[in-house]
Amino acid sequence: MALPGESILASRGAKRPALTEDRRPPAPATYPVRTEEDLLSVRHAVRAATVEVGFGLVDQTRVVTAASELARNAFVHGGGGTVTLEYPRDPRGRRGLRLIVKDEGPGIVDLDAALTDGFTTGAGLGHGLGGARRLMDEFTVRTGPGEGTVVVVTRWLAW
Amino acid sequence: MTGHRSPGVPILRLGDVLVTGLLNELDDRAAIAFTEELTERISAEGARGVLIDISRLEVIDSFVAWTLMELTTVARLLGARVIVAGMRPPVAITLVELGIELVGVETALNPEQGLAALGWRQAPQPLEGARRGTAR
Amino acid sequence: MSTSEAAVRERLTRALQERGEEIADRWVELQMEQALLDTDIGEAELREEADALFEALVPGLQSGVPVDRVVTSTPGLHEAVVGLSMRRARAGATPTATSLAVLALKEALLKAVQRDTRDAEELFASAVFMNRLLDVAGALSFETYVEGREEIIRRQSQQLMEQSTPVVRLWRQVLAVPLIGTLDTARTQVVMENLLQAIQDHEALVAIVDITGVPTVDTAVAQHLMQTVNAVRLMGADCVISGVRPSIAQTIAQLGIDLSTILTRGTLADALAAAIKLIDGPGPDGDEGDGR
Repeated sequence: MALPGESILASRGAKRPALTEDRRPPAPATYPVRTEEDLLSVRHAVRAATVEVGFGLVDQTRVVTAASELARNAFVHGGGGTVTLEYPRDPRGRRGLRLIVKDEGPGIVDLDAALTDGFTTGAGLGHGLGGARRLMDEFTVRTGPGEGTVVVVTRWLAW
Repeated sequence: MTGHRSPGVPILRLGDVLVTGLLNELDDRAAIAFTEELTERISAEGARGVLIDISRLEVIDSFVAWTLMELTTVARLLGARVIVAGMRPPVAITLVELGIELVGVETALNPEQGLAALGWRQAPQPLEGARRGTAR
Repeated sequence: MSTSEAAVRERLTRALQERGEEIADRWVELQMEQALLDTDIGEAELREEADALFEALVPGLQSGVPVDRVVTSTPGLHEAVVGLSMRRARAGATPTATSLAVLALKEALLKAVQRDTRDAEELFASAVFMNRLLDVAGALSFETYVEGREEIIRRQSQQLMEQSTPVVRLWRQVLAVPLIGTLDTARTQVVMENLLQAIQDHEALVAIVDITGVPTVDTAVAQHLMQTVNAVRLMGADCVISGVRPSIAQTIAQLGIDLSTILTRGTLADALAAAIKLIDGPGPDGDEGDGR
């Protein structure tokens, strides 16, 4: 007997009609990352947002996982911060979901090293930044010693 | 060891095999509590095998992955073999893209095959009922 | 300047209203003549485009919108330009032909103005005005064309990708996916998604990835293969790669790519034999087997 795990069939190649042309995208929303419970709340919010945009199940999982990595980074290394969700459209009208993860922590001293797999200054695998970059379509970081860190990642809906 | 919060799935014993699972709502503290509880039980009951059903997990980030790897290593040191069963396809794809291979962690398609690999023979009739109870 | 611009607008409007037919004829003729349209867009369609464009151009000229924004901000006009560019993109016209089509309109318009006036200054002012007006249209047209082509390419490659990665069931609990062509990131994602879902649906224990149809294996392809194998393993199934030709084996060795942890076979038949052995033989650890 197979487990009654949800089939991903429904999401494969299915262009969900969510967020149709005439519907306005939701307003950006910001969530705090101050406690461990907040990490779960962020995950829920991001999951709901991916469904809203119309991502398939694999893309939903990619985005929620990236959010989890980045929010944890902000929580563990940045001493807490915020996650903001935005619903951008690219010039061609393609919909997407953007996460802006901010913290006022010590900042990242060696960004290249932080983007390298296996690099970590805390518990875990050190896949946070580099992993999130691979899971998303666009990735930018603004950071510096004592300046805190802002990571902006975007995933676009496939055509 | 204080302030345990149950990860929600009881640890059951089938002979020398412990069977348990992880729920989707798994925060860091629950993950750590789960590791500690399972480790204690392996040691206390001299378990030779551990089956962890992860078919409910919709997301495995690097922290959960790290927890599973650590658990596998600790269990091995205590003489038990861990099998993680039922990973969802989107989770497997995401983990691979994340760059995590779950080094050293044995996997099975579902709990049945995991149990078979741990030495449980399938005797369909009696096991059919037991199976439902243990996998969840 | 502004009075003369008003005059120019007035003159062009009148030309379009009174000689619309003639301008359209000339424009269509120019496009046919330049043999710019190596497509099946016919004369009738070109006429329709012209009519739609002129209809929207008149209110645009009459509005007070600055000349270089007329095309982009007049309702109907923007759509007309985008529409004709999209049609050319879909019909397979060259990008040069597409933007020249819009620019040929300048010539047709100027010709019409010339019939109304011989005044050099006025002709010059008209020409300058039309340049500013239609250069925007040319640019918009080119941009639309490029987008249109990109969209077509994306759709086609997506379709091709989904059609060219069938997962077939070879044996009880053995699946195979024959790969044909290059294995890039997007393709790998489709293959993984289809394969993993099929593994779950069929409770398959072994997945064979056949690379007979993959022309070359470089580091990137090898990495994508590794990703696929790892994802299959995370699901709890085994993966065999088949169709490794001698030349590919050599390349892999020369590149120093480590595929040592992966079971590989030369042919699909050998891979199937290996897969069946994996399922029916003693368990991979040799301890308990699967009890059958």
